[in-house]
Amino acid sequence: MLKNSFIALLVLAFGVLLFHGVVKLYKVPEKLNRTAEFYNSNEASQIGAANVVTAVVVTYRGLYTLGEVTVLFLAASVIGFFLKRKKKTAPVDAKPAGSELMTTASKVLVPGSIILGVYVFVNGHLTPGGGFQGGAIIGTAILLLALANPTYSISKKVFHWIESISGFVFVAIGLAGLLLAGGFLDTRFLPNGEMLSLFSAGAIPLIYSMIGLKVGSEISGIILELNDTQPNQD
Amino acid sequence: MELFSIILLLVMGVATIGSAILALTTKKTDVAILAAGAISLFASIFFLVLASPDVAMTEAAIGAGLSTFLFFVILRKTEQNAEK
Amino acid sequence: MLLSIENIALASGILLILIGLLGALTNKNIIRMIVAFSIFDTGVNILIVTFGYMPGRTAPIIDGAKVTAQNIAQVAIDPVPQALVLTAIVIGFGVTALMLVFALKMHEKRKSLDINDYTDLKW
Repeated sequence: MLKNSFIALLVLAFGVLLFHGVVKLYKVPEKLNRTAEFYNSNEASQIGAANVVTAVVVTYRGLYTLGEVTVLFLAASVIGFFLKRKKKTAPVDAKPAGSELMTTASKVLVPGSIILGVYVFVNGHLTPGGGFQGGAIIGTAILLLALANPTYSISKKVFHWIESISGFVFVAIGLAGLLLAGGFLDTRFLPNGEMLSLFSAGAIPLIYSMIGLKVGSEISGIILELNDTQPNQD
Repeated sequence: MELFSIILLLVMGVATIGSAILALTTKKTDVAILAAGAISLFASIFFLVLASPDVAMTEAAIGAGLSTFLFFVILRKTEQNAEK
Repeated sequence: MLLSIENIALASGILLILIGLLGALTNKNIIRMIVAFSIFDTGVNILIVTFGYMPGRTAPIIDGAKVTAQNIAQVAIDPVPQALVLTAIVIGFGVTALMLVFALKMHEKRKSLDINDYTDLKW
């Protein structure tokens, strides 16, 4: 108990420090800082995406996104390594089939969710949303499928292939930007097009679709990997 | 409009802190997991009021949906393990 | 003004960080510790987004009506913190999943989720 109160005191001290720092340093900004000013005022003429956040994520700070996708890939592969499935023996205790409600609902909801996910990441440069959100929605659809049919094992190979190919195409588009336009992940080698139409903003829809497919297949891979592991008997 | 946002944020802030304290003090692990999911959901409303709809979508899809599920799967697996 | 949008959000973010930290340090159950870490994560995200918020402005999305390509620098907020938090949430999910799988593996070895049963690295 003494230990806990000591920890609480420590956290309280940290909180006072944090609170003091925020109160002292934070001022309500009157105008944008120079980076944000540049992004906001030049984005429409340079990139042509309606959603400035998308332009920052995909092009201006595209390298961060590449690193982020790599970190997620590493996490997914470490999880796959830890939960290595044993050679499929005859299932000792067959998992119970999902309830009828779940099975019926999943038949209706899974295609709709996948279409919603694809819509979200294809329209990432026009509306709020994009590859990460669309990928998460697709992952949720796969999760529903796995919950509704516990006995039916979905092949993970398809997801591995989708993930590898989309990652490769992502880097290839980045290199195309290096060769044809200003630099790595520069999307201006395709025409900017008319603002607020689907085919606009250079290669941003392409790259964001690739990110969406990659994130979606990684999350689905994690979920299927977890769903397939049986508690080991030894 | 401004007043409405402030009242909404006040309610959400109280709910968030309440859920966090519940997650800290409850005896049951599944209640703690549900409280963490509720915190993510309230946080996505925070992001919406703070004029960042992209972040709100991500938080609602990943923080409130997928993570909560993942916690429950692991919890169930450990319970299955313990029975064996 | 004390009760403004950004002050409430800052206070909530800081309190979430502190509660998460306290939970991660005092809980004995490993899964409860990971729950506390995810609360901490949410608090940090709220704090970063609030630093980019400006009162009375709207999201940096050009819709052709209220926000146009000409006036976006005057009516929209900073896009960079939003982009950072967007990736931070996805990374947070990956890290949480990794921690949970570690917890599962530890439970398979020792059949216990209590942190006091793992004394291998204690000195």
